[in-house]
Amino acid sequence: MTARERRQVFAGIGFTSLWIVGLGAFTAYPVLASLYYSFCDYSILKEPVWCGLENYQQLFTDDLFWLSLRNTLFYAGLSVPLGTFVSLGLALLLNSDVRGKPFFRVIFYLPSIVPVVASSMLWLWILNGQVGLLNWILAPILEAFGGTPPAWLVDPTWAKPALIIMSLWGTGNAMVIYLAGLQNVPKELYEAAEIDGATGLRRFWHVTLPMIAPVVYFNVIMALIGSLQVFTQAFIMSAAAGGGTGTGTDGFPARSTLFYTMHLFATAFYDLRMGYASAMAYVLFVLIAALTWFATRVSRERMSHVQ
Amino acid sequence: MACPCLIDRSWRLHRPASGRWLGGIHLVRAVCVIGASLVGVTSMVNAAASPHDGRVHVAYWEKWAGPEEAAARTVIDAFNRSQNRITVEYFIQSPIDRKTLVAVAGGDPPDIAGLWIHNIASFADAEALTPLDSFIEADGLTKEQWLDRYYPVYARAVQHSGHVYCGIATPEMIALHWNKTLFREAGMDPERPPKTLAELDEFARRLTKRDPQTGALLQVGFLPQEPGWWPWIFCRWFGGQVFDGRNITLATDPHNIAAMQWVASYSKTLGRDAVTSFASGFAGQMASPQSGFFSGKVAMIFQGVWYNNYIRQYKPGLDYGVAPSWPTVVPGIDDFAMAEADMLVIPRGARHPREAWEFIKYMNSHNQNAQTREELQGMELMCYLQQKNSALREWSPFFTNHHPHPHIDVFRKLSASPHAVSVPDVGIWTECEREILAAFADIRLLRATPEQALTAAQRRLDKSWTRHRESLERHGQLPPSGVATSP
Repeated sequence: MTARERRQVFAGIGFTSLWIVGLGAFTAYPVLASLYYSFCDYSILKEPVWCGLENYQQLFTDDLFWLSLRNTLFYAGLSVPLGTFVSLGLALLLNSDVRGKPFFRVIFYLPSIVPVVASSMLWLWILNGQVGLLNWILAPILEAFGGTPPAWLVDPTWAKPALIIMSLWGTGNAMVIYLAGLQNVPKELYEAAEIDGATGLRRFWHVTLPMIAPVVYFNVIMALIGSLQVFTQAFIMSAAAGGGTGTGTDGFPARSTLFYTMHLFATAFYDLRMGYASAMAYVLFVLIAALTWFATRVSRERMSHVQ
Repeated sequence: MACPCLIDRSWRLHRPASGRWLGGIHLVRAVCVIGASLVGVTSMVNAAASPHDGRVHVAYWEKWAGPEEAAARTVIDAFNRSQNRITVEYFIQSPIDRKTLVAVAGGDPPDIAGLWIHNIASFADAEALTPLDSFIEADGLTKEQWLDRYYPVYARAVQHSGHVYCGIATPEMIALHWNKTLFREAGMDPERPPKTLAELDEFARRLTKRDPQTGALLQVGFLPQEPGWWPWIFCRWFGGQVFDGRNITLATDPHNIAAMQWVASYSKTLGRDAVTSFASGFAGQMASPQSGFFSGKVAMIFQGVWYNNYIRQYKPGLDYGVAPSWPTVVPGIDDFAMAEADMLVIPRGARHPREAWEFIKYMNSHNQNAQTREELQGMELMCYLQQKNSALREWSPFFTNHHPHPHIDVFRKLSASPHAVSVPDVGIWTECEREILAAFADIRLLRATPEQALTAAQRRLDKSWTRHRESLERHGQLPPSGVATSP
């Protein structure tokens, strides 16, 4: 390395030092420290005591670990495909030639920038079992078939589906990304397909979808990560529907909405078992990394034409 | 405060390189910028916390905003005026328990924190709190003398493992409230609440109304899950215990099973799905006119002394009564009651513990001879403003005779009860509470029998309790095979 190159390296380090210090102090150190704490009996207030694999061993025999994992996978398994379907569908509609397109784009995007706490309060009323908007719509339909609408947030069978429905409220973000992807699809491909006699559905299947595959991949991965870390809306809805019982971390009703991060949060900050919670966090990290790797592997071949 | 390197105005990066140290200088400068920023921020915080007025400024973190905050500020002003050495400053922090926890861990806690009653045991076991025993002794009192000033239930609530860990900010008692209008409409005596469990069930039955066409519930007399905040209290009410001082006894105490069978009986009688649908209409609406009690859908409810404030706000003019005692369940115990309280603690590492103690002492004292509102002090002033009962055995003439709560006599009587109970003193209470809440939901939704639900909860809690004790042993807080918590 020449003296000039050395100077440039030092100058570069000097300019980026703030970021490096920030990354080290506020990201790298906590990440590594939590890895260490996951092997410790640590309450945040007392010195960590090394306990080896004890936290991990306890984790796999913990009923609530498995229950919260099941609840989370159920939520992710339904909310990700449903969210993808709805956001892509909206993007397709808003990419077509309809009047007032900008207006509808804004309308569909707006909910995604409403703070989660505010939208949760709104959904608390929409999902009210007696006077809620959703049941007001559903009641006459279900009554025609001799049924009654569910009590949503206070019924363990329907509390998770209620949160999945609520998750559609935030599809505006993904919709905008799909829209950007759709607008990048070359027009000549559609023209060629049309000349070949492809109908609308075929054009979507053989032109649109392959061309926006990287965008779909990106959105699905982001949605998957987000849904495996679902917390805020469940925390608020659980606490509110339960009347403030259990400070929102009991997964009201009957632990049906006890998601992984809620269990982790309660373990860390209510039960003061930071070591155990760190172990939980690393298991979640491995799970998300594995699912992301799997999704990448599956989609690699399908996206080879656009890479 | 400025870092010396910032006074050097030579941010001339284009200056001819002074050899290979140029990059190093940038690095040092960058570090200095960060350091200066941190020092600057710290200086500003310190400057705000310690004005140069010759008084010690005590930081008091509390969870309450609104009317509770206004009352607390009035009492703090009275304390600050009562002497010339200490100024207490009120800061709203939410959620108070986690903020305090992180502040203690970070080594910069407030001098006083207003925790929930259920935080005390777990925070004490985590060594987050300063025991108050030495302050009490330094004031020339024995611990017994200090505690004897409280009603027994509150004296127990401020202790953990034989130490006093907190004072009381605001005490509360829970009692059965009933809607007199609904009693009248049902042809019942509006002045007579149920006196026994059998009467409670019978009154509940008579107060229940259904839609004649659909059978849907329109009104219920009583629902165990409304408000559902303390399902464990049903165990105590039935004579059971959740924790006996050495072990978790949730499923092993037959009284707890009986209590939960009683809970399940309401779902069986009224219909599980009917109750679920009915209750979903006012779920989460406690602080609103749509709450079950305010909207006239639930005729009787266990609520705290604070409920009168909610009634004034959300249902002014509601004709209600407060039962002088909980309905008798255990023969011979007709004065069962439940206490709650907001606690004042000195977090470990607080900068001004002595001054913090002076404030806690003020808040846990009163002017025994107060004849006017202006003469009220400490706890009585706070409880007068918040319309709550005092935790102290002695009440001043003004507090007794001019209390704004129309049913304060009931709450005073309940406070004095030797059978009053509060949150069990166990270091894993947060886990216990969540387990009981989950079991309670399973039982009232008829997803599990009381035996099944409580046994499953007990199994998990036994493991947690063993692990908790092992952790205390590891950290030298317990001798091997000891116990963490006294009965």
